[in-house]
Amino acid sequence: MPLLEAVGISKVFGKLTALDGAALTVGEREFHGLIGPNGSGKSTLMKCLAGALVPTQGKVTFINTDVTSLTPPERARAGMSLKFQITAVLPALTLYDNILLALQARSSLLDLAFSRSRGRLHEEVMAMLLQFRLADRAFDAAATLSHGQQQWLEIAMALACRPRLLLLDEPTGGMSLEERRVTGELLQPIKQHCSLLIVEHDLDFIRDICDRLTVLDQGKVLASGTVAEIQANRSVQEIYLRRA
Amino acid sequence: MSSTGTGIQPPPHVIEAARSPGMASAFAGRMKVLPILEVALLIAASIAPLVLRDYITVYATRVLILCLFALSFDLVWGYAGILSLGQSLFFGMAGYGVALLSRDFGVGSIFAVLPAGTLIGFVAALYLAGFLLLGRHPSSVVFVSLGTMTGAYTADRLARGSHYLGGQNGIPSIQPMTIGSYQLSEGPGFYYLVLAILVLIYLLSRFLLRSQFGLALAGLRENEQRIAFFGYKVQHLKAIIFAISGAIAGTAGSLYAFHEGFVWTNMLGVVMSTQVVLYVLFGGSGTLIGAVIGTAIVEGLSFWLSDNYRDIWPIILGVLLLLVILFRPLGLISLVLGERERVGHFGPSLKEKRNAAP
Repeated sequence: MPLLEAVGISKVFGKLTALDGAALTVGEREFHGLIGPNGSGKSTLMKCLAGALVPTQGKVTFINTDVTSLTPPERARAGMSLKFQITAVLPALTLYDNILLALQARSSLLDLAFSRSRGRLHEEVMAMLLQFRLADRAFDAAATLSHGQQQWLEIAMALACRPRLLLLDEPTGGMSLEERRVTGELLQPIKQHCSLLIVEHDLDFIRDICDRLTVLDQGKVLASGTVAEIQANRSVQEIYLRRA
Repeated sequence: MSSTGTGIQPPPHVIEAARSPGMASAFAGRMKVLPILEVALLIAASIAPLVLRDYITVYATRVLILCLFALSFDLVWGYAGILSLGQSLFFGMAGYGVALLSRDFGVGSIFAVLPAGTLIGFVAALYLAGFLLLGRHPSSVVFVSLGTMTGAYTADRLARGSHYLGGQNGIPSIQPMTIGSYQLSEGPGFYYLVLAILVLIYLLSRFLLRSQFGLALAGLRENEQRIAFFGYKVQHLKAIIFAISGAIAGTAGSLYAFHEGFVWTNMLGVVMSTQVVLYVLFGGSGTLIGAVIGTAIVEGLSFWLSDNYRDIWPIILGVLLLLVILFRPLGLISLVLGERERVGHFGPSLKEKRNAAP
């Protein structure tokens, strides 16, 4: 049984059909890449999966539950976590507090009011910051980080919610080559407990970290399979050659 | 969790620095302005009735009650980012509620009327939150601000038209509040009672805002959508802080009713709601002490200006308010308080870490 299964997803904005019966499955501990030319519907599909948009048609199943009409917070509590395309760290708070906030998303209000989990979570917050190379900045405001570091902090925050599936929308946008390489390394260890669905323009990056790929073109799935299969696929080569 | 297996380790000094409490203490060492301000103001407020003339003590009591009211607005706007332009609804409803208790049932015991007023504020705010905040999807700032304002305006009009509530004149000559057989009339006794209640509610709010609940509120204020995506029940958080703030406004409203000895429709209306917004913006929203300072200075200035510049004082006050909001959008408090200290820090304190260490 796959972790996430989307079937027949269509999304129509007025006269524009952004998605036309797209389908996608992500297995347990699978790193799945979603690629395609600009305007092919990648971000729209991602938003339908994350709950930011409600599809016009189709069904999204997550851990054997129909989540098609659940709100984003409800999906988050079911174990789905999203990193936004535009970085959305909380700029005035320290890095430490950003992570602490994410870690306690499912705590009860009483636990929050009496700070019951704060001491216990200290090790976890610091481990998270260490893992993403941000520990030396723990008590600085998130606004003072570089763009690449903010992206890492966001990934750390998305992971701090302990998701079963992490949705990443263009995690390496605006990063230097070196930062991209490090991002790839930072993502590897999460495979032990979490699946990943990633939208990304950088094909080298996606080839290096993904197990399987789905290619969208004009709102439809053009191909889906392992990285090697997709690389050998004729029609995929064509749409990328056509653009290049 | 560890970073082993990634093949990349931060340099050892970074790990060391992160694990030692030194960084946190350096951070804590800078945080000093707020406690100093709080203690200084408390001392000043405690000795005020001893040096002030009686009629000024009466005025100061009214200001302290308004400080409590300002705290209630600061909680929703300064901390949770909910723009409530109808905060007077809870203030006034509680005022009218206790006035009716006194008029129709002869109830004046502090142990009955204060809890009653607080409860009225709490329930009214929770009820309004049900309409304005508890939808399935988060409601916009404009929707909430117009909704709360409409609530206050409607209540004002209804009270004006109601014979039972005394119409335009309100409810006059409320009997004094009693503690046992002692009748509490305006003066130093009432002043110290209000001061004690203000300090108690201030400390409770401070405890709540420094807790992890306060961290969630900070997240709410900074980026509501983001923390909803973490899985926070954003609407519940907002409704709860809104109801708590309503309860505090209710406490203030019932004290106000007994202190003034009458209630009238302005207590419910838009003028009062706007006034509390000005107090908080002037002093500095997002700090509890800023709300108190703002109220004290605006009210103090009004008092002094109206004595000395009888005709043009509202213009002078208006220009001053405008200047502060133009040049100090974070309020007067930002003259002495840095951004970092204003936002605060929610990790374990140094003391707790020492206690937790094996």
